[in-house]
Amino acid sequence: MRRFLAKALVLVAGVGLIVSCTSGSSNNTSSSTNFSGTTIRVVTFTGPQIAEPLQRRAPDFEKLTGAKVQVITVPFADLYQKLLTDFATKTNSYDATVFDPQWMGDYVPPGYLEDLTDRVQKDSSLQWNDIAPFFRDFSATFKGKVYTVPLDGDFQMVYYRKDLLQKDGLQPPATWDDYISIAKHFQGKDLNGDGKNDYGSCLAMKRSAQSYWAWISIAAAYLQSKGTKQGAFFNTDNMQPLTNNPGAAAALDVYKQLSKIGPPDQLNNDVGDSRGLFVTGRCALSLDWGDIGTLAIDPTQSKVQDKVGAVILPGSKRVLDRSTNQLADCNATLCPNAVNGVNHAPFAAFGGWSGAINKASSAKVKDAAFAFLSYMSAPKQSGEDVTIGKTGFNPYRTSQFTNLDNWTKAGMSTQAANDYLGAIKSSLQSPNMVLDLRIPQSAFYEQTALDQALAQFLAGEISLNQTMTQITNQWNSKTDEIGRQGQLDAYKSSLSITK
Amino acid sequence: MSIHASPRALRTAASWWRPVGARLDRGASLVFILPAVVVILAFSIFPLLASLYVSLSRLGFSEGGVELKFVGFGNYAKLLFGIDQPHFLGVTRPLTPVGIAVLLVIYGLFAVLLYRYARGPNRTLGGLAGRVVTTAIAGALVWLIVNTILTSGRPGTLVVTIVYVAVDVSVQYLLGLGLALLVVQHLPGRRFFRVVFLLPMMITPVGVAYLFRMLTDTSKGPLYPLWAHFGLTDVSWVTNPWGARLAVMIGDVWQWTPFIFIVLLAAIETLPHELTEAAVVDGANRWQVFWRITFPQILPATTTVVLIRIIEGFKIVDLPNVLTNGGPGTATESLTLHAYTIWRALDIGGSAAVAYMLLIVVTFVGISYVNLFRRRVTAMA
Repeated sequence: MRRFLAKALVLVAGVGLIVSCTSGSSNNTSSSTNFSGTTIRVVTFTGPQIAEPLQRRAPDFEKLTGAKVQVITVPFADLYQKLLTDFATKTNSYDATVFDPQWMGDYVPPGYLEDLTDRVQKDSSLQWNDIAPFFRDFSATFKGKVYTVPLDGDFQMVYYRKDLLQKDGLQPPATWDDYISIAKHFQGKDLNGDGKNDYGSCLAMKRSAQSYWAWISIAAAYLQSKGTKQGAFFNTDNMQPLTNNPGAAAALDVYKQLSKIGPPDQLNNDVGDSRGLFVTGRCALSLDWGDIGTLAIDPTQSKVQDKVGAVILPGSKRVLDRSTNQLADCNATLCPNAVNGVNHAPFAAFGGWSGAINKASSAKVKDAAFAFLSYMSAPKQSGEDVTIGKTGFNPYRTSQFTNLDNWTKAGMSTQAANDYLGAIKSSLQSPNMVLDLRIPQSAFYEQTALDQALAQFLAGEISLNQTMTQITNQWNSKTDEIGRQGQLDAYKSSLSITK
Repeated sequence: MSIHASPRALRTAASWWRPVGARLDRGASLVFILPAVVVILAFSIFPLLASLYVSLSRLGFSEGGVELKFVGFGNYAKLLFGIDQPHFLGVTRPLTPVGIAVLLVIYGLFAVLLYRYARGPNRTLGGLAGRVVTTAIAGALVWLIVNTILTSGRPGTLVVTIVYVAVDVSVQYLLGLGLALLVVQHLPGRRFFRVVFLLPMMITPVGVAYLFRMLTDTSKGPLYPLWAHFGLTDVSWVTNPWGARLAVMIGDVWQWTPFIFIVLLAAIETLPHELTEAAVVDGANRWQVFWRITFPQILPATTTVVLIRIIEGFKIVDLPNVLTNGGPGTATESLTLHAYTIWRALDIGGSAAVAYMLLIVVTFVGISYVNLFRRRVTAMA
């Protein structure tokens, strides 16, 4: 009997130990699970940005969980089709991807991506509610379900050389006209004391790169004035493109002027080139995502530390009146959100790099992939990564906006951090924020049709009117090919996103 | 142990084996050829036919896979007459006097060649028909080139590719021949230069493209001091359409001249010395030796290497893709890059249509070249 009691006690103690261990692990982070022997193949675009933090943190994650992370990179322009053909042909060479959430419109309906709704809710370490609502809703959610883990927050804004503008008594640009006049003011002057002529503005204008977003950032101010749900790409009644009207013409005109106020080979510059020029002190103004802000504090490459200011995208005092299809002066009806008579339409270009998981991967690999994405997005890691320029990650969590410690530790002054985060916050909180296109084959509309027409326009191959006609015809042709009603539904559905 | 068989038994065995042997003999050809046929069908004919079908279809994505919707010649119509016509064929404008003069000269030349063949002793009906068709297609291409380049119009990817091939192959041939003739001279360091001249060919084309991207940048890069010396740092030649095309052509010439050089060098080095020595003894000067002795003897190698370079030249993609991304605008975009940019947007059918147009053009140029030029040269040699 005594022996039986002893055995029973041991059994109870054993079960208790197992239960306590199990309940303990359920409260732990998903990255503390053991994934030994698992390899996660993650594909993203050729870095150094975006790929760099994934590669840098992969060994730490392996130490923590035993899972090996293999980061595969492909050029940005190839990523969309590479993923789609890999999924569609069931090659399944990638278990996870860090990609453009705009493409969910193409990847989710055929069932290529894993539904992450349950996982994000159960994962306490991810701190899902710390991610700003816009990124949770736009970058992560498609038709009510979560498919991605946001790793980056994307808004385009304008950077200016605070020291130069202050010295010459100039205010940061509030409108695109201001931007042009400031750029002209500094064009050809030596801005960094190296004896060379520098440039008023540096923009990325290269074809088949990430340039076309800059034009949308300009056009948004003329095309959307009545709030996010109005949309800046299509008429929400009939899916007619908003690319052939006086607003689009004004934006093209600004874009063309800017192509001539900058470095001589601006048409061959990608964002890497324009960022490099700005942080080496060769430009007075630039338009970019959050990257310049963090690159400017990097002592290894920046010559403009603490000399950089950031503002919300410039706007316009005249906007497109869709009832007359003419440009009209802003008034309370036409521009209900105008500030000092200027309509600002901050553009959430791209939406922010986000991680997703291939539905066809094995259950264990999917668990490991989610643990990796969760690890990358967790406040501890991401809070640090968003302050490092070369990561390409920009702030997207509430804690990253409220906690200035990481920013000051990274080398930003409190004033500069407030300035930088303020520009992003004012974009994020704007009721007239412009959402990027998220409809089936959005890559064709933007990356192919728009990109090519803009490049041809800048090169002088086609006139302003021909550019507008070409974009409109190509967009209409694609819309009709895919189905106008379906595209309209997808577009309207994407605009109903809450911020 | 020994085996003894009677003559009768051997005869019986032989008579049994004869039909089997004959059957095997008959089947042997099939057995030997079949693997090659299967390989060719699998790796050449099947992809060719499959891509032809794709070029007549539109790709769509459905639950768990892809679907191809047959659209007939819709993709080709889009290229030749539809929304992609300016991109593929270019934009034509009214002819200038220079354009008219060029067209008259070229068409006149075509007419003279046709007339000479028609009146010549070797004419055949098939040959004449072939030449008329070739002349008509070549005439149309010349018209397109003149109307898009020598006017205020704009060349499409077809014309740009033809310009690349014509300029690149001509310059590469002249430079390759010059270098080969130089290296066969008994000059000091010839062995060293023989290797040095080959180096560009060994570099990956993407590397060459990045190299030229740095070299053409006037505001920074290794040639900056040179540009600065001439006050050209505020001028960018790769943002000008013809400047960018020139940069692509210089890169291609730099990379592929060694290929022509090595083939011609091999041809020149194997030439017998007797003819040259006899010519020198007879008082021929260097030019006469080259033009009357060396050049005719290397013509077969010349025509082969030029044919290879023409075919390869039509497929140029790395340089314009990396150097300029096909820009400014679409100025440097070749046919292959055109197909690639459409493919990237997942218009697989449209991309296959461009690829087929390229195949048709390369086949036409290749066959015309072989029929009209190479055979004659080989026969002469």
